[in-house]
Amino acid sequence: MKIVVCVKYVPDATGDRHFTDDLTVDRDDVDGLLSELDEYAVEQALQITEERQRAGADAEITVLTVGPEDAKDALRKALSMGADKAVHVEDDDLHGTDVMGTSLVLAKAIEKTGYDLVIAGMASTDGTMGVLPAILAERLGVPQVTLLSEVSVEDGTVKGRRDGDTASEQLEASLPAVVSVTDQSGEARYPSFKGIMAAKKKPVESLDLDDLDIEAEEVGLEGAWSKVDEAAERPARTAGTIVKDEGEGGKQLAAFLAERKFV
Amino acid sequence: MAEVLVYVDHVDGAVRKPTLELLTLARRLGEPVAVALGNGAADTAAALAEHGAVKVLTNDAAEFADYLVVPKVDALQAAYEAVQPAAVLVPSSAEGKEIAARLAVRIKSGIITDAVDLEAGDEGPVATQSAFAASFTTKSRITQGTPVITVKPNSAAVEAAPAAGAVEALAVSFSDAATGTKVTARTPRESTGRPELTEAAIVVSGGRGVNGAENFAIIEALANSLGAAVGASRAAVDAGWYPHSNQVGQTGKSVSPQLYIASGISGAIQHRAGMQTSKTIVAINKDAEAPIFDLVDYGVVGDLFEVVPQLTEEVNTRKG
Ligand SMILES: Cc1cc2nc3c(=O)[nH]c(=O)nc-3n(C[C@H](O)[C@H](O)[C@H](O)COP(=O)(O)OP(=O)(O)OC[C@H]3O[C@@H](n4cnc5c(N)ncnc54)[C@H](O)[C@@H]3O)c2cc1C
Ligand SMILES: Nc1ncnc2c1ncn2[C@@H]1O[C@H](COP(=O)(O)O)[C@@H](O)[C@H]1O
Repeated sequence: MKIVVCVKYVPDATGDRHFTDDLTVDRDDVDGLLSELDEYAVEQALQITEERQRAGADAEITVLTVGPEDAKDALRKALSMGADKAVHVEDDDLHGTDVMGTSLVLAKAIEKTGYDLVIAGMASTDGTMGVLPAILAERLGVPQVTLLSEVSVEDGTVKGRRDGDTASEQLEASLPAVVSVTDQSGEARYPSFKGIMAAKKKPVESLDLDDLDIEAEEVGLEGAWSKVDEAAERPARTAGTIVKDEGEGGKQLAAFLAERKFV
Repeated sequence: MAEVLVYVDHVDGAVRKPTLELLTLARRLGEPVAVALGNGAADTAAALAEHGAVKVLTNDAAEFADYLVVPKVDALQAAYEAVQPAAVLVPSSAEGKEIAARLAVRIKSGIITDAVDLEAGDEGPVATQSAFAASFTTKSRITQGTPVITVKPNSAAVEAAPAAGAVEALAVSFSDAATGTKVTARTPRESTGRPELTEAAIVVSGGRGVNGAENFAIIEALANSLGAAVGASRAAVDAGWYPHSNQVGQTGKSVSPQLYIASGISGAIQHRAGMQTSKTIVAINKDAEAPIFDLVDYGVVGDLFEVVPQLTEEVNTRKG
């Protein structure tokens, strides 16, 4: 079974994230890393593989990213967790690509790699759209089994639990399929020393737009179907009143709430 | 006047509040035509008409409940083709975003997710969004195709604006993909009697400082006194003290109430991502250095086990 895990390289959320002059995400000033939410996708791929191996079957995990040179770091991390190989789509023309373009590139790369199961994270921690997995399913023409907090694969069927706003649902689809998993799906493992060493020798294939038969006009800032016209830093909140509780803190707070007409 | 498609989020015919807010925004762009799908679809019409829907397109096929997402995409696409709208608006729930995104691919349109405001512009609707855990505000628009935009709850006021709301059956032929993902079981979320977290005017949240599932009773008592919803930090959820459906933050719910009260929550960036746009923010934390205090309108440095019960009692007294 071939599993492709989509992982994104993102600016560290705890850093001081900004936009650049062309209103794309500044990826230079803040350190990047493998999006934490995609670690859960790698983890589930590993667990599904281990489960199959216990049953005497095989599975191979390819981690895939679309991103700049540094995005290799994200691939390395996923490889050190235990993925088998990596594909890096990198091309100068990709700068400023929106979700429509990224999903096109990912879909072509996934088809080229070959797959039975695609696993993605629930959302990227920079764009936070959470729609790419659904779009991938649409583009690949396979079932979408997304936002799972529990997932299992058996006999060519993927099953999982999706906790929605109003109900919790049990889902089922046949492979090939696109899955996305939430941060409720189970803690991601830390790479072991052995894993880190082994990762250095694992193959990382680089692809550009030509390799995927994609025209430069279909992607990048020019090819984007949405445009950011303005980005402004949110004004800092005006400093509030802070009191130390000397026995009356609750009452003081109640007075504040009353003054603001909440009580 | 141009028509604007509004996807209706409802439970068995009861329209959820974010859809009514969407109608307010839709009226800025054109005449709202609502699309209501699934069990009870036609029952939504009265509420939608009262808030400005000129038409309500309905279909109550069983497929909408039996299979995930795609049947709804097929239906919304059918509505899109029938109406040829100027824009398509969808509530920003997890499912709403997926439906919108798949529709956008099919009709070759760009998509904007999680808008917090929407205005008409010379080159189509202009959407306001929050970025980087709400530390930036952006304005964006769609440059290709019919704008498909999902809008977060609490982005506009619900306004009555009576319109015809004529119910019309929407003809849908389901695609092969529609039956790809089966919903084999569904457990509805139990109602707590408190307001929906994302819709509530007041949210009272507890974090690791609450120190135990049983202690959440203190948070719930405060919530009850204020008619608020209860939220929790991921630390509290991961510890098993409160359900994940109540988690506020990047991987939980994003809330934007009039008042947010954080107790025993440090204010990590991922938590702030889900509550930073609240109008008034209040925190109770025993650590004066906790980052949550950078956000507050009013903060109490103290032990929540002292402060919260006193606050609850005082609120109850003032309510008389
Ligand atoms: C990818 C990712 C996604 C995440 N998503 C979310 C998310 O959606 N939501 C979320 O909340 N977090 C999320 N987190 C986790 C986040 O980083 C923090 O770990 C979490 O928010 C901490 O929760 P907390 O504030 O309750 O706990 P802590 O950070 O441990 O803070 C507890 C606070 O309680 C105070 N306290 C303790 N006892 C008392 C007392 N008796 N009285 C008053 N104060 C007291 C302490 O001073 C402290 O400030 C995410 C993390 C990652 C990596
Ligand atoms: N550039 C990218 N390269 C690889 N995977 C991506 C990329 N962008 C998004 N993804 C995947 O899609 C998921 C959802 O992303 P998004 O819809 O952008 O929030 C992420 O968790 C990743 O698994």
